[in-house]
This record gives sequence, structure tokens and C-alpha cells, in this order.
Amino acid sequence: MTSSPELAPTIIAPRTPQRRTRGRTNTELYAWLFMRVSGILLVVLVLGHLLIMNILDGGVQRINFGFVAGRWASPFWQVWDLLMLWLAQIHGTNGLRTIINDYTRKDQTRFWLKMALYTASALVIALGTLVIFTFDPNIN
Amino acid sequence: MTSVAERPAVTPVDAPVSRPVEVKIRRYNPEVSEDVTWVTYTVEAFPADRVLNLLMKIKGEQDGTLTFRRSCAHGVCGSDAMRINGVNRLACKVLMKDMPDRLTIEPIKGLPVEKDLVVDMEPFFEAYRAVKPFLITGGNEPSKEWLQSQADRDRFDDTTKCILCAACTTSCPVFWTDGSYFGPAAIVNAHRFIFDSRDQGAEERLEILNDREGVWRCRTTFNCTEACPRGIQITKAIAEVKQALLFRRV
Repeated sequence: MTSSPELAPTIIAPRTPQRRTRGRTNTELYAWLFMRVSGILLVVLVLGHLLIMNILDGGVQRINFGFVAGRWASPFWQVWDLLMLWLAQIHGTNGLRTIINDYTRKDQTRFWLKMALYTASALVIALGTLVIFTFDPNIN
Repeated sequence: MTSVAERPAVTPVDAPVSRPVEVKIRRYNPEVSEDVTWVTYTVEAFPADRVLNLLMKIKGEQDGTLTFRRSCAHGVCGSDAMRINGVNRLACKVLMKDMPDRLTIEPIKGLPVEKDLVVDMEPFFEAYRAVKPFLITGGNEPSKEWLQSQADRDRFDDTTKCILCAACTTSCPVFWTDGSYFGPAAIVNAHRFIFDSRDQGAEERLEILNDREGVWRCRTTFNCTEACPRGIQITKAIAEVKQALLFRRV
């Protein structure tokens, strides 16, 4: 059987490594994973927070400035609250981001809604972090 | 002596009884008007009729302008996916004995409607082509048959059943609003090759599905699994692709 050389398929050597098509971007993968991991952590953090604040030791009635000052004197509760703030904010922001992606129809709307979301989220995170670290129990 | 077999007793079977069914259909013909109208037809339906039979009766006896796709009419070709009473079904697989006396029929959602129940399937097939739904191998052609164990075959058996009717993709809320999402059907067909032991293009396909509009947009609402006329566990297949991406393991 004869075949014209230009029609013969080029055969790649069996051990040729596969070419990577393009750089792999894992942003969405990490966002997806973050939602799961932060969700599990938040169950512990938030339920623990609610239990301490509302049920143990007389519950919500005992919460006042002094109570908060006492808690934030301990680095443990500072880290607890900081983690809760950051995880809940990023978790919620990412959730809203996907909702905006799902429901907006115009690119313009999508862009501005996301900008509003990111701004609000960054403000809350910054303000919350600032308060946790610079809280002054002797304020008048 | 010959014995004559007694005639088996014939149990009388009642002749099937038909009932009138109101079929409300979303009509759209851009050559006449840009407006969508809803037209209600009343047809006699027998319990063994499929919804497709009713559509053909309407087209044949009442209104020849009614337009819909159908080909094999036996649930194999996947041409007649439509939204029947709010859920995506193949009109040729829905028996009238299971349906109420009022039907509402619309074209599948999320794809541009061309006329009546006919939609432009091109965006759907574009996503299908993007995942390279063909065997990718390197090296020399094998000199003998490529054997595959039963276990290897079972790994992707479910996703080989897809007939590309688009019932799943057009039932997906993410696809409705974001047309650039690959959609369940494309992921199912990528899954079919990613988990095929003979195929070597898994990495390539996984990278395509790792994209912004890929598997991570899936919200696991299970609409696709519910809509699939072939009973493919679509949401499970998507989850398996996610896992393969997460753990780099096929």
C-alpha cells in the first residue's frame, strides 16, 4: 500500500511529555475549597460565640463594656473574634460574589455590584480588626 | 384420541378511554411578530399517548404552524427536550397517564428561542466541543486491541449514556443567567473521557473545566440530575471532576 507522505499522520514519540495547554489558574478552586473549610470552622466559632454570649453564666444580661474589656484582655478571645470576623466576612463576601455572578445580566451591573460588595467588606474587616487590636479598656 | 386444548379464558380488557387535555403552548414566531403568545389547544389523550403524540395531533389536526423538533420519538435521539409543566423532559418519554389534564409546554430555558419550541442549540454544542469530547492519545497506534477491565469501564459507564438533549444544561439556574458556564452536559461528556483508562487527555480537559466558568460554578442544586431522561447521576459526575481537580487524581 502506498500513501503520499504529506497525508501520513505525524506520530509523537511514545514518551513525549504532554504539552501543557496554558497556565492553570486555581482561583475558583481555592475559593470553592475556602467556602468548605471556613464553613466548618465557622460552625465551631459562631456556635461557641453564641453559647458563651447568650447562654452561659447568666447569658446576654451580663454583657456590658466591662465584660467585653475583660474578654479582649486575653489574646485567646482576640484571636477567636479576629478569626470569626475574617472568616465570616470573606465567606459571606465570596457567597455574595457568586450570587452576583449568577443573577446579574449586564457586565456593568456585575462590576459595580461587586465593587460595592468588596468596598463594604474591606471596610468592615478593617474596622473590626482595628477595634480588636486597639481596644482601650480605659476609654472615657 | 385427540384432545382439543381449551381456549384460554379471555379476560376482557377495557378499551382505552381518552380524555380531553388542555395543552398550553408558548408560541413565538419572529417572522410574524416579536411578541410571545400562549395558545391553548384541547386534544383527546389516551393513557398510552406521550406528550409528543399530543403535539403531533395538534400540528396535524389543529394548527400546522406549530413548530417543534422531534426525530426518533423513542427517547434516543434527544431532539424533543422541552419544558413540560415546569420541568425539562423529553416529550417522547412522558406518558399521558402520568400527567394532569392541563399541560404547559415551553421551550427549554437559557438558549435563544428560534421559533415556538425550537431553540438555537449552538451555544450548547460550543460548550460540548470545548471539552474535547473525543479520545486523546499519544504515541504510536496500538498494534492490538486496547483492553479495559470491567472495573475501568464501570468508572465512567454512567456518563456514556448522554444523548445531548440539553435537558440538564437548560435546567441549570447558573446556565440560565450566565450563558458562558460550560453546563452539566459538557462536564458529563468531559467526565466520560477523563475517567476512561484509555484516554490520555484528562489533564488537558481538567484544566479547561478548572476555568472561571467551569465546574466551580456548579451549585449542586441537582436540577440536572432530576432533568436527565437517561437517569445519569450528573451532579455526582460533576463532583467527581471537582475531586479530580482538588486531589490531582483521576
